[in-house]
Amino acid sequence: MILPLVIIALLTIAVAAIAMTLRNLIHSALLLIGSWAGIAAFYFWAGAEFAAFAQVLVYVGAVSMVVLFAVLLTRRSRADLEVAPDAIGRGLGAMLAGGAVLGVLFGAVFATRLDVAPTAAPTASVRAIGQQLMGAHAASLLVVGVILTVALLGAVVIASTDREGGKEDAR
Amino acid sequence: MSLSPLQLCLLFSSALFCVGLVGALSRSNTILVLLGVELMLNAANLNFIAFWRFSPSPSPATGVMFVIFSIAVAAAEAAVGLALVIAIYRHQKNIRLQEANRLKG
Repeated sequence: MILPLVIIALLTIAVAAIAMTLRNLIHSALLLIGSWAGIAAFYFWAGAEFAAFAQVLVYVGAVSMVVLFAVLLTRRSRADLEVAPDAIGRGLGAMLAGGAVLGVLFGAVFATRLDVAPTAAPTASVRAIGQQLMGAHAASLLVVGVILTVALLGAVVIASTDREGGKEDAR
Repeated sequence: MSLSPLQLCLLFSSALFCVGLVGALSRSNTILVLLGVELMLNAANLNFIAFWRFSPSPSPATGVMFVIFSIAVAAAEAAVGLALVIAIYRHQKNIRLQEANRLKG
């Protein structure tokens, strides 16, 4: 039971770390999509099939397409895909900050006794999830729908507003 | 010492969070910074599922609910973020964060 988790974790972390160090923007985006798929595999491993499907649909399917479109829309030539080397100082600072956070988190996890009794995997069938969504969480579902609508409309407005000549023509 | 599966999951999500943090802090490309933030969000979702799986919960679907709502909000955030990237690109013809230092275009 542990071995698949370790494999999934190592693969996901390695893919994400490589993606964050690559120079080519398309390669980075594709590798990060791979790490999102790894997270979906973790959800499968933990028995949360519905969350895994949501992860695959939303991240591996939708967000990845939006990211790739953004990459392709914000370049003028092939050379733009090669990200210029970043400042060494900023990279070192980021590594330092990330290492400090990693140390604190690992220390906290190791120092905490988390030996909860090995419980059986809770089962969340699609029927139960649907009844919860439409019953106890109906108000939250509506709020999320409103958030998504407003965010997507706002995204269209932000991306289509053209301020050439000091006036906005998309309002 | 032997680690419980819950601790392994927490270590996994901590490492993923830190990879996203380093990426978001060190890269100067706006899209990569946004992807680093997305990675950190995903690492937080991992914790929801891990605690749901390995601890007794009052309702059998609590963790999955959390993750579904979190994914929905993250999708909205990604859409707005990438629209902002495109808006920045239209302003200054590149997406380097160091050059996006004006509030008024």
